Amino acid sequence: MENASPKPAGRSARKRRQRRHPLYRVRTILATLFFLCITALLLDFSGTLHAYLGWMARVQFLPAVMALHVGIIVGLLVLTLVFGRIYCSVICPLGVMQDGVSRLHSLTRKHRFSYSPAKTWLRWGVVAVFVGLLVAGFTGVAALLAPYSSYGRIVQNLLQPVYIGANNLLARAAEHYDSYAFYTQDVWIRSGLVFAVAVVSLLVVGVLAYRNGRTYCNTLCPVGTVLGFFARFSLFKVHIDKDDCVSCGLCTKNCKAAAIDPVTHDIDYTRCVTCGTCLGHCAHHAMHYSRLRKPAPKLAAAGAPAPSASDSATAAPDAGRRTFLVAAALATSAAALAQEKKKVDGGLAVIEDKQLPARTTPLTPPGSLSVRNMNQHCTACQLCVGQCPNHVLRPSTSLDSFMQPVMQFDRGFCRPECTRCSEVCPTDAIRPISLDLKSAIHIGHAVWVRDNCVPVTNGHACGNCERHCPTGAILMVPLKSDEPDGLQIPTVDEMRCIGCGACEYVCPSRPFSAIYVEGHEQHRFD
Amino acid sequence: MKPINRRDFLKTLGGAALASSALLAACKRPADPTEPDSDAEPAKGKMTYRHNPNSGDRVSLLGYGMMRLPVVDNGGDPLANAGDGEIDQEMVNRQVDYALEHGVNYFDTALTYCRGLSERATGIALARHPRSSYFIATKMSNFGGDSRTRQGSIEMFENSLRELQTDYIDYLLLHSVGGGSDPQAEFNSRYMDNGVLDYLVDQKRRGRIRNLGFSFHGDVRIFDMLLDWHDQGLYHWDFVQIELNYLDWKFANEINRGNVDAVYLYGELHKRGIPAVVMEPLLGGRLAKVPDAIVRKMKEREPANSVASWAFRFAGTPEGVLCVLSGMTYMEHLRDNLRSYCPLKPITDAENALLLDIANDIYNLRTIPCNECNYCMPCPYGINIPGIFSHYNRCIKEGNMPNKGRLDPDYARARHAYLVGYDRSVPRLRQADHCIGCRQCVDHCPQRINIPREMKRIDEFVDTLKREA
Repeated sequence: MENASPKPAGRSARKRRQRRHPLYRVRTILATLFFLCITALLLDFSGTLHAYLGWMARVQFLPAVMALHVGIIVGLLVLTLVFGRIYCSVICPLGVMQDGVSRLHSLTRKHRFSYSPAKTWLRWGVVAVFVGLLVAGFTGVAALLAPYSSYGRIVQNLLQPVYIGANNLLARAAEHYDSYAFYTQDVWIRSGLVFAVAVVSLLVVGVLAYRNGRTYCNTLCPVGTVLGFFARFSLFKVHIDKDDCVSCGLCTKNCKAAAIDPVTHDIDYTRCVTCGTCLGHCAHHAMHYSRLRKPAPKLAAAGAPAPSASDSATAAPDAGRRTFLVAAALATSAAALAQEKKKVDGGLAVIEDKQLPARTTPLTPPGSLSVRNMNQHCTACQLCVGQCPNHVLRPSTSLDSFMQPVMQFDRGFCRPECTRCSEVCPTDAIRPISLDLKSAIHIGHAVWVRDNCVPVTNGHACGNCERHCPTGAILMVPLKSDEPDGLQIPTVDEMRCIGCGACEYVCPSRPFSAIYVEGHEQHRFD
Repeated sequence: MKPINRRDFLKTLGGAALASSALLAACKRPADPTEPDSDAEPAKGKMTYRHNPNSGDRVSLLGYGMMRLPVVDNGGDPLANAGDGEIDQEMVNRQVDYALEHGVNYFDTALTYCRGLSERATGIALARHPRSSYFIATKMSNFGGDSRTRQGSIEMFENSLRELQTDYIDYLLLHSVGGGSDPQAEFNSRYMDNGVLDYLVDQKRRGRIRNLGFSFHGDVRIFDMLLDWHDQGLYHWDFVQIELNYLDWKFANEINRGNVDAVYLYGELHKRGIPAVVMEPLLGGRLAKVPDAIVRKMKEREPANSVASWAFRFAGTPEGVLCVLSGMTYMEHLRDNLRSYCPLKPITDAENALLLDIANDIYNLRTIPCNECNYCMPCPYGINIPGIFSHYNRCIKEGNMPNKGRLDPDYARARHAYLVGYDRSVPRLRQADHCIGCRQCVDHCPQRINIPREMKRIDEFVDTLKREA
């Protein structure tokens, strides 16, 4: 086929041309930049990068839709109407990741792609299911398909531990040299289930990309389908000039979107991500990225009827809530008894891990307004989860809020000086709040569990919850009304309590805190 | 300019290196050739000995305290880990051998030390040497639980003999008298009501105890009472163990109203001819880790001697001191202390004045007087009490104390250093915010630190630092 060329266009000459193509070059540079910055944003636990890079998460399509950021949505649509699906090959980190994986395969196998007809029914079917899940309120489940948040989960679950591990090595070294430049962070898996989701997403997307390039983007990704719809009408497109084309098929064999039909010379613009690869491969100047010259070939009618969304996920939530009070009381008194025997010096008492209480209403962070608002807007990208400096946020495993952040207080509490999650959230599922407002938002209220409370179970004076309550919502009262100076127990003024979890975190009762926070469906401000 | 080739370049470089190393070597050489090198091997056969008039013992001025034994594989300061970990018996053996070789013959242990593991480790190390070559000191540590009964206390004494692999104890002490919320009641309950003191006197008559004494912390009335008994002939004390160092000499009472200045304790013992065994000569290492300005004062006078050596010379100088105990965790501690006492170079009047001056400086730093003895541990709620205090003191000493307010230009750096260092030295669930104030530790502290109050203070301090992000 190369011999058919009238000019001496050897392999090396063509390669040089392909690298030089301006669209390809600009696009790869921008894509790499975006990709690295978003990855860094998701990895960063110190909270410094989001001031500079936070906008990169905000311009992601689905987060913008969930946040109803009209400006961004319109901007991205205009971008698509002008340049085609350039969003998918520059801004979307999952798209760029797939290009990277696919390129690995291309190192050993050149010209490996082929044309395949669009699976239009599947694409719009997925969109319909996705929208159905959103409407039905299963945002978290729908988020399984969302590209940006998939990438977020992959980075937060799989890459951030490695990143923190490396940081901890540096911190070790810094400690050795008495430097405080690096500090250690805990590496822990916040939810095994979401970890598994991240692994599966990476495997599915990764294997598809390795084998066939942009399969995920052009069959499963709802954003790709929607943007593809607009890309058909875009101002700039890749065209094949039939007069110059020698039908060598190199463009088809290098199209990772399988969008170029070598027979009809038609390009499926719903799938073309404007990557510019084909332009560099065409040795005969038959391909151009330019304004429309000829009317675009009419596509087969899109929009297969959507299957009902409700059939997929309506199983009752896990009802296995534990009754824990008695067991906990037994455990604490047993631990106290073990201490009494013989007094020797030194050593550290074992600290039993805390078990999370069964909260009737989940706790969502200040700024999320309500459980419903969180459910409706969050795409479960885990940006807040990976950022939370107090180790409070972690993905939910319940079906109705799957993978969306919920708060737990076994490793820390929602500290008054921190508004990090509200700053980083790209979807406004957590709205930006000021520091002053933070301690005035009642996200929940504390509940006292008598049978776990240390003064009741082993007769030690405590009151640690009261000492740490930032709003003075805990009032100590005598355990026995006839002994006003005797042991004191906490009571909660529900109107003052903001639900920060300080009491639950510092409560000495283990494994179940004797005071825990119950969430509010609707956050209260005052 | 003439182009320089590789050979020339290397020549020049080599010349420069030679010149600079010669300069360095010149700097290293001590100005006074008679001055001892700080890394010199301690001399054998030069140990200063003191005479015990009661039993005629010839006791080495340096005594080995077996409270801070080395532990295996915890990769850092054993004290920061609250003495958690297996005892490194091999290291204990080596260090005991080395100490004996260099003339140390007094070994002080107790049942409670090192989570109850010290007596056995001491017994294993010493049993490898002839019994006549050393003196063993251990204690009646009947603090809690069953051991407070007569039977429990007797069992404890017999257990000590078994663990130490011996038939007799050279120096037996009533462990830490003068403490507790009611020191008098505490003393009576431990030694008088159950007849344990009379039992010990009887054991001494039978030769199973050679010297009977007590170690004292806290309430001066108990100290006075016991010396009155001695004067009246009710009980005879062959020796008394007291806390003595240049800070406690005159400041013990100022630092904590519940404690007694060493100058008084020592004076009372000396005028009765009762030998004093000194504990905490270094305040758990605090007198070795002093602020830079104080290090400078000491090094200007004695460039080759360690900071710790000043404290040891101070504690060993009074004639009535029989022995100075040091919990030497590392071989380096042992060597350094041997250099101080082989032989002792007594503190001069001028040096004495300097040390009392330094004591005044240290007192004014307001560190928490925790010596990391771990008597308070384990806290039933998992708090690392000595770790928290140690970090606080370290920050004061190193000037990382962000307590001058946010306007201080150094505030941000000091704040960061305090918080990062805090998480490094104490895991979060063992930090001060988890102290519930149950007060179980209070009676155990020989320094009489109000631990819950200090925990609350540090917790509030840390919380303020965190809020001022």
